[in-house]
Amino acid sequence: MKLITFKTLITALTLVNAASSAELRVVATLPDCAAIAREIVSDKASVTCLAGGAEDPHFVSPRPSYTRTLNRADLLIVGGADLEIGWLPPLVSNARNRDILPGGSGRFSAASGIRLLDVPSGPIDRSQGHIHAAGNPHFLLDPLRGKAVAGKIAAALARSDPKNKAVYQANLTAFHKRLDAKLIEWQKTMSAHQGAAIVTYHSTFDYFAERYGLRVVGQLEPKPGIPPTPGHIRRLVPLAKDAKTRVVAIGSFRPKRLADQLARQTGATVISLPVMPTDKGPAHSYIGWIDQLVGAFDSALK
Amino acid sequence: MNNKFRLAAVAAALSLGIALTSAQEPATLQTLQKQLQEMRSQFAEQQRLHAQRLELMQQQIDKVGPKADAPSTTVSQPAPLDPTDISSVTSGALAPRTPATASAPGFDQRRWRPSDPIGIRRGQASLDLGLTGTFTVGGSTADDLGELNGGGHDPNARGFTVQAVEANFAGAIDPYFRGSANLNFAIAANGESFMEVEEGWLETQALPLGLQLRVGQIWSQIGRHNPTHIHAWGFVDQPLAVSRLLGPDGMRNPGARLSWLAPTPWHTELSFTAQNSGGGNASSFRGGSHTHGGAEEEEGIPFGFRHQENDRGVRSASDMLLNPRIALSYDLSDTQTLLIGGSAAMGPNNSGEGGETDTLIYGADLTWKWQARDHNQGYPFVSLQSEFLARRYGAGFFDWDEEANGGDGDGNGFVDDGLLTDPGTGLPAVLTPETIADYGLYSQLLYGFRPRWIAGLRYGYVFGDRAVYEGRGLGVADNAGGFSPLANDSERGNRFRVSPNLTWRPTEYSKIRLQYNYDDRDKIGVDHSLWLQMEMSLGAHGAHQF
Repeated sequence: MKLITFKTLITALTLVNAASSAELRVVATLPDCAAIAREIVSDKASVTCLAGGAEDPHFVSPRPSYTRTLNRADLLIVGGADLEIGWLPPLVSNARNRDILPGGSGRFSAASGIRLLDVPSGPIDRSQGHIHAAGNPHFLLDPLRGKAVAGKIAAALARSDPKNKAVYQANLTAFHKRLDAKLIEWQKTMSAHQGAAIVTYHSTFDYFAERYGLRVVGQLEPKPGIPPTPGHIRRLVPLAKDAKTRVVAIGSFRPKRLADQLARQTGATVISLPVMPTDKGPAHSYIGWIDQLVGAFDSALK
Repeated sequence: MNNKFRLAAVAAALSLGIALTSAQEPATLQTLQKQLQEMRSQFAEQQRLHAQRLELMQQQIDKVGPKADAPSTTVSQPAPLDPTDISSVTSGALAPRTPATASAPGFDQRRWRPSDPIGIRRGQASLDLGLTGTFTVGGSTADDLGELNGGGHDPNARGFTVQAVEANFAGAIDPYFRGSANLNFAIAANGESFMEVEEGWLETQALPLGLQLRVGQIWSQIGRHNPTHIHAWGFVDQPLAVSRLLGPDGMRNPGARLSWLAPTPWHTELSFTAQNSGGGNASSFRGGSHTHGGAEEEEGIPFGFRHQENDRGVRSASDMLLNPRIALSYDLSDTQTLLIGGSAAMGPNNSGEGGETDTLIYGADLTWKWQARDHNQGYPFVSLQSEFLARRYGAGFFDWDEEANGGDGDGNGFVDDGLLTDPGTGLPAVLTPETIADYGLYSQLLYGFRPRWIAGLRYGYVFGDRAVYEGRGLGVADNAGGFSPLANDSERGNRFRVSPNLTWRPTEYSKIRLQYNYDDRDKIGVDHSLWLQMEMSLGAHGAHQF
């Protein structure tokens, strides 16, 4: 009797598992990779994103429901470079999905094979703040790196779902074509601001600045992860003034008070920008999001 | 290397020799000059060999290891001529698909650098090392701090307490298992250092059907607070309900747990844990009454007014500690998450002198968390955590007269000192089996009102049904015919505690917390305590759990 019950249970479990694997399920940890993945999968797979667009990507709340989402994932796309290290690892190890474990066949890290900035070259420790040992993880704010990541995501999708390889390839080509046109347009727009000085809150906009030749003269954070202090702002003001800073760029979830103070004292403009594609609106797509960033910088620097 | 030393020694001896012999006759001088000449040529030859060897080694290094792989970090790098050419942003060769560690591939392939986070990564081995230290200073109006603060890691002295210094080792064992161990060091109120294996287990990573197995020294899954480490607590001390009903150090023991992530539309996790039922970390079970070297502590009248001498060992699976739990979680909205859980623990206890006595603990818990959608470093947030625990403890038969002489061991006509006496008979008390019911609950609210600042408020209450043995007017004899009645079991008295606190977290790796405790104990009265806690986290820092 007992044996029969156990057998029934196992059969039921197997059926449930089998029934739930019809369509490829892609899970992205963060909205930037999710937005790129959506361009490539079209209707061939579902893309679920764990974090919201307006969240601080370093400190996402590890909701238990994410464990369930990860349990059912066929492909997990992580940003990588330790950006999610504060919240993702326990979710993944509790998800009971061997494919998405580090090194698993269903796990793809967007940072892999991407040239990163701010890779510490000397000794680091935490007295220097929250330093990412792997390098600055905010690389998808550079649309050229976005283009490279799209290619790698398409390859990862084709590996997970070989029967739709041609679709993914075609979608990638189409996305690349639209992105290339935009890359040329953005380059043209931003070329007017070559060498313009900006101050940022965190090292979030470094890749964007590198792409369009903006000079980051300082950060509101005295050290990575340490909130701005009045003393640090006082020291930053003359630096920012000397460099003729035009823009103070901060992530939309950051407090504006000290940024405003610096802007008042230096004559710069504060722009508060989404550091990830948003949940709704034109900046929901990857190109729409970069469009918004370029537009905001362009009008603030004019 | 040897050559170098020898050379240096000879050179030193030689210079000393020259100094000593400089005043001696020319013949010796000539010999010495000749020797010096030989030494010089030998030295030159050695140098040449060393240089050759170094060059060879350098060549080998260049062949084996990649050159510095970190690209330059300057920001104003000129834009590529073709704005759509990705060759400048990729690192060329495709990274291998299966890295060995948790970080992104591409980074794993580089050589270890002193700048890497503390850990051991050599070849295929990977181990994260972390150390947390929790220290408290403060005081209390209560003289009996050991009774007031029942938790094993609560502040235990007026002045300073080392609550814990805890080492964590964690990592993947192989593709099938991961492992973790927490070794806890602390200093008791009497100044003695002690060490605990708080946790130490391996866990499967590759079982099918949503199953996971954890084996080793593990926490019992009862409620929300029990399976948490000190550095994850929202308050300086353990909730009263946990200290009293689960044990001073909570419930954890060697055992195994099978858990299942059910394929429901919301998060459902079912787990079943089987553990040993003995030892100090199962104090409501066979680990009752702390024994040291086999001798029971003689002071005072123990819990249930009877000693726990009924350790019948393990004869079958039913003598294990069995612990099922169910946890359900549902996202109420983009910002709100709800988690509710129900758990139970059952197993034998060692109350009294003999017989089959058992304990059943059951509880329910609720956690609700709100976090702003556009939070900055996780703030602002509000979290509410409430737990209710109940314990039904089967107290066994116990006769305070162990010698069958009316408790008068010294023959002076009176019941001996310290024995529990029945005033009705004038003889040592005889206690019959009964079930003792105790309850505990707490509710805590944490409000992260701005980045790095958290205000907390906790209310805790423990109470019990009045037991038969408490109503019999039993008392303690003093060997002179005297008698002091005991109306209540001191380990079951009603009490409540209100704890407001304020925490400042400069980073995720440090914490400064100030907490006030208002305690009100039935028959004892009101006490006030104030504690200032500081915490550090070195090395690998475990990611946040919900």
